Amino acid sequence: MIEATPPGLILIVGAFISVLLPGRVRNVFMLILPILGFWQLTQLEHGLHAQVELFGQTLTLLRVDKLSLVFGYIFFIATELSIIYALHIKDPVQQVAGLAYAGAAIGAVFAGDLISLFVFWELTAITSVFLIWAVRTEHALNVGLRYLIIQVGSGVLLLTGALVLRHETGSIIFGHIGIESLGGILIFISFGVKAAFPLLHNWLQDAYPEATVTGTVFLSAFTTKLAIYSLARGYAGTEILIWIGVVMTGFPIFFAVIENDLRRVLAYSLNNQLGFMVVGIGIGTELAINGAASHAFAHILYKALLFMSMGAVLLRTGTMNGSELGGLYKSMPWTTVLCIIGAASISGFPLFSGFVTKSMILTAAAEEGYWAAWAVLLFASAGVFHHSGIKIPFFAFFAHDQGHRVKEAPVNMLVAMGLAAALCIAIGVYPEPLYALLPYPVNYVPYTTAHVITMLQLLAFAALAFAVLMRTGLYPPELRSTNLDTDWVYRRLAPNLIRSFVKGLGELRDELARWTQMGVGFILDRAFQYYGPNSWLARTWPIGGSALCVLTLLGGYLIIYFI
Amino acid sequence: MTDHPKSNDGKKYWLDRPGSVDTVFWTLCGTCATLFFADAFYVKHPHFEIEYLFGFYAVFGFVFSVGLVLSAKELRRFLKRGDDYYD
Repeated sequence: MIEATPPGLILIVGAFISVLLPGRVRNVFMLILPILGFWQLTQLEHGLHAQVELFGQTLTLLRVDKLSLVFGYIFFIATELSIIYALHIKDPVQQVAGLAYAGAAIGAVFAGDLISLFVFWELTAITSVFLIWAVRTEHALNVGLRYLIIQVGSGVLLLTGALVLRHETGSIIFGHIGIESLGGILIFISFGVKAAFPLLHNWLQDAYPEATVTGTVFLSAFTTKLAIYSLARGYAGTEILIWIGVVMTGFPIFFAVIENDLRRVLAYSLNNQLGFMVVGIGIGTELAINGAASHAFAHILYKALLFMSMGAVLLRTGTMNGSELGGLYKSMPWTTVLCIIGAASISGFPLFSGFVTKSMILTAAAEEGYWAAWAVLLFASAGVFHHSGIKIPFFAFFAHDQGHRVKEAPVNMLVAMGLAAALCIAIGVYPEPLYALLPYPVNYVPYTTAHVITMLQLLAFAALAFAVLMRTGLYPPELRSTNLDTDWVYRRLAPNLIRSFVKGLGELRDELARWTQMGVGFILDRAFQYYGPNSWLARTWPIGGSALCVLTLLGGYLIIYFI
Repeated sequence: MTDHPKSNDGKKYWLDRPGSVDTVFWTLCGTCATLFFADAFYVKHPHFEIEYLFGFYAVFGFVFSVGLVLSAKELRRFLKRGDDYYD
């Protein structure tokens, strides 16, 4: 019985029931749902369940193995934390959207075939966009539309790929796919859009910072990590992923350094962290896949924590611009400490979660001899410390005191952040329970003298670089600005081209109209000239003239007749 | 926005005192020096030759962080637009 129900449905159905419940009962109900789902996961047997026949195809709604379970567990934990964080919200749109979105993502993780995956894939897009639209401004409406078009487009690619693949192989099972076939390539690109591959990435930095305070926390957890799960399932060991991942870890950190909106800085840093996971999947060894899965697990927690702390700042101060923030440690000391825990975790400080997960991917890259990939990952590790570890807490809570004297974050937000922080530290201090959940047996020992010291050296000297640049005034100041990224192509270039094209069409139409007018005018003039009241034809002719004409005509006729 | 002007007024913060930021900076420098020379006291098991260099991770962290920030600063020349650019 318990295996007949896909775990994601608990949240999706629950989301719609919750609307009917009054205030507090609704809150309690929403808090219980993820716990129920989590408990269900602990009871499931490995294997294929909830299979239904549809149009001659077998759809598997519940495929349980270690890879789907580790993502299932963390998705339910993220849902619970996001709900606690959003408990003060009274907006049913956000509540339903958040829960249904989480449910759709969990449904996708347990989908055993590509058609079920497609259905849940699209459902994540349709539900999550309401977390952006819930801001209820015209700007948010536009951002949401851009986001929705790209997300739904990714789903369309997935469905096309699935159909092509079915034609090629006769199967719609969602197992290892590979990029050897056309169907495989289409699905690869579809996953790549959601995983924010380079050049396909900008929907993430465009949309996530524009969602509601609580919506961004939901968004940060699911969509991209669903893509990471899907890549791990379908494309483990695909070498090109190593190089895609390397670029992903590298380029966003440059943007993060000069970005002013601190939630957008976090979105760039999210992109960079996904790069680590993509590299792990590309390497494809047991250590690397374990690294990617565990890093996704740890990342969801610390990234949610960082977005939560910035959300609290946004809620209290009304701004997210680094140029307008600073000195908040005085008014929001708890949020400051919790943010720093998130920052330490993402940076990979010993005793924090990133240290025990990210290093698995670096070690896997080194063991397989990918020295260039390893070097870029090391650079990206220093870089992520720079913008997420230092820049975020520094410009929000320290730097120049901007005089914001605000209340500490609401209690429910502090509780959610506290729980996320506790998990970040727990994983860092005692990683064994997480390691036990991973797809393959773990032989990796994170705490060696060399690893602790080298990591501390890297981070301390990166911090020193920051301090030296600040003291010498070389550090670029936070400025109110927009930095161009690939969204320029569809927000500026394409509209301009279309506008020029439409303008060109208009000019062509005007030109044609002018020519037509000229042509018609010419004919009318001629007609007027020959047939008008003063024309030659309209003149009064003497009778003799007529007789002469008739005589000429008859004479001509006579000549032709004789010829 | 909920401003409570009274909530922090009158409190003295250590970081606001003159010299505190210097203390933080020099403590960081001390930590860095200690970590740099810690390389002499343990056995390395690296994957690549370059990791045998004394203080490799320290130098790498510093040089590439400075490089990152300065090159990102240069990128602003090409990428920076007004904050209402798309409006």
